Amino acid sequence: MRYSLASLLRQACSGHRGWAPAWRDAVPKSAYEVVIVGGGGHGLATAYYLAKVYGLTDVAVLEKGGIGLGNAGRNTTIIRSNYLLPGNNPFYELSMQLWEGLERDLNYNVMVSQRGVLNLFHSDAQRDACVRRGNAMRLHGVDAELLDAVAVRRMLPFLDFENARFPIQGGLLQRRGGTARHDAVVWGYARAASGLGVDILQHCEVTGLLREGARVTGVRTTRGDIRAAKVAVSVAGHSSRVAAMAGLRLPIESHVLQAFVSEALKPLLPCVVTFGAGHFYVSQSDKGGLVFGGDLDGYNSYAQRGNLPTVEDVCSSGMALMPAIGRLRLLRSWGGIMDMSMDGSPIIDRTPLAGLYLNAGWCYGGFKATPAAGLCFAHLLAREESHERARAFRLDRFATGHLLDEKGQGPQPNLH
Amino acid sequence: MRIDCPFCGERDYSEFAYLGDADCPRPAPGAEDALQRFIDAVYLRENPAGAHRELWYHEFGCRSWVRVTRDTRTHEILEVRLAGEDAGP
Ligand SMILES: Cc1cc2nc3c(=O)[nH]c(=O)nc-3n(C[C@H](O)[C@H](O)[C@H](O)COP(=O)(O)OP(=O)(O)OC[C@H]3O[C@@H](n4cnc5c(N)ncnc54)[C@H](O)[C@@H]3O)c2cc1C
Ligand SMILES: [Zn+2]
Repeated sequence: MRYSLASLLRQACSGHRGWAPAWRDAVPKSAYEVVIVGGGGHGLATAYYLAKVYGLTDVAVLEKGGIGLGNAGRNTTIIRSNYLLPGNNPFYELSMQLWEGLERDLNYNVMVSQRGVLNLFHSDAQRDACVRRGNAMRLHGVDAELLDAVAVRRMLPFLDFENARFPIQGGLLQRRGGTARHDAVVWGYARAASGLGVDILQHCEVTGLLREGARVTGVRTTRGDIRAAKVAVSVAGHSSRVAAMAGLRLPIESHVLQAFVSEALKPLLPCVVTFGAGHFYVSQSDKGGLVFGGDLDGYNSYAQRGNLPTVEDVCSSGMALMPAIGRLRLLRSWGGIMDMSMDGSPIIDRTPLAGLYLNAGWCYGGFKATPAAGLCFAHLLAREESHERARAFRLDRFATGHLLDEKGQGPQPNLH
Repeated sequence: MRIDCPFCGERDYSEFAYLGDADCPRPAPGAEDALQRFIDAVYLRENPAGAHRELWYHEFGCRSWVRVTRDTRTHEILEVRLAGEDAGP
């Protein structure tokens, strides 16, 4: 069913009893052309673009739980393309452009809100880094504006500008950045992919790979064996676990990142703001809650929950930035497991095993990447070559030295 | 999470700095396949869901390096030793 004003009015007049399920919960067939492992945003987007752009519809998405219950449903929903490196920036800009047309493309309201993303700076060195990044963005045709403290104060008068250690000197603003509704992204891609014939298989955990010599020919799952010409792994925080089934070790550690939401407030924050002196980022949801997060807990984890020192650290960064939130109560906090790569950048590539493809290493930044990662992974699967915007995301770059280290932190995943 | 430092006793993990996997020792630079071994040691990780041997530095305590065995699924700490002690078999 196409969603439109007419369909809404029709349903409203008949008591909303006629809505059909948005997508089809399929039963596994014994074989597919492409099996995608992982029903998060990336896996579902890959399936959608395989069907829509590359005409491959004999595709299944296998999800061990329910779709969208991993990071896709746990992130802080920030979208932006304010990257520095030439290997990264054009990719994230492609994603931003896809976000800008996504609702029409999917016929689904994913609530893209280009309210702006503002990165604050608090020292001359940080200002220089922001100028450099802003210039790099503009050279790639991406919007970036440098704001001085007066301009920031006009936008966000309640920030602590006179903080003795971290006075706010200004910020780098990407007006086209903002937020999107994470659950809606999952459901929008699932509905659109399912409508094009893709099978979505829930509660179907991949437990092993079927192999003929060095070629992967399918997957072993909790719902039986499924053969496939191509197996595409898109399991976010669990990439190392699935790679281990193929005997591969990845340049990845799994880490827990926590996020928080406060009780609802009247409209306060007009944009996404990041604090430059500590790690803290915040936006206000349409329901009014402040949605925020900060650093990783910092140790390997598959637990999907973090520890209290991080909660304290994130909240004290928030207080340093906007003291007005001191009496606000937290509504909820949660954690998600992300694959932190050794240079902080992702991997979309073939693996040493024929028939096995990898989309991994998305760290904190994978939500904004969902549309472009789906498109580029689909391109790799369909065309057997990297998409032109994702050429730098190679698995062998760690051996060849072509690292994509935005922050220059070196091979220490918990610092990216 | 509390780490039972062999020197200081049980302390909150926030007194410690995390380095990572304890089982990727620096290869001998003279080995024939040294290049590949260095790539493995610097970049590739087992990243297990379960027991993980890892190095922590007791920064706000005795400043010892400790080798912690911890279950990455539950954060339960299974064993703590000084990093210099024999790793066992
Ligand atoms: C707290 C938090 C905040 C974040 N904030 C942002 C943000 O503001 N902006 C941004 O861009 N990014 C953000 N991210 C990162 C982003 O959420 C992830 O990088 C991205 O969602 C990962 O892709 P995905 O949606 O496909 O992952 P997921 O939704 O995690 O999908 C992977 C799926 O694979 C499934 N799976 C795993 N193993 C198997 C198996 N063996 N068999 C079958 N299925 C399997 C999992 O159940 C899961 O559903 C955040 C992450 C977290 C945790
Ligand atoms: Zn100690």
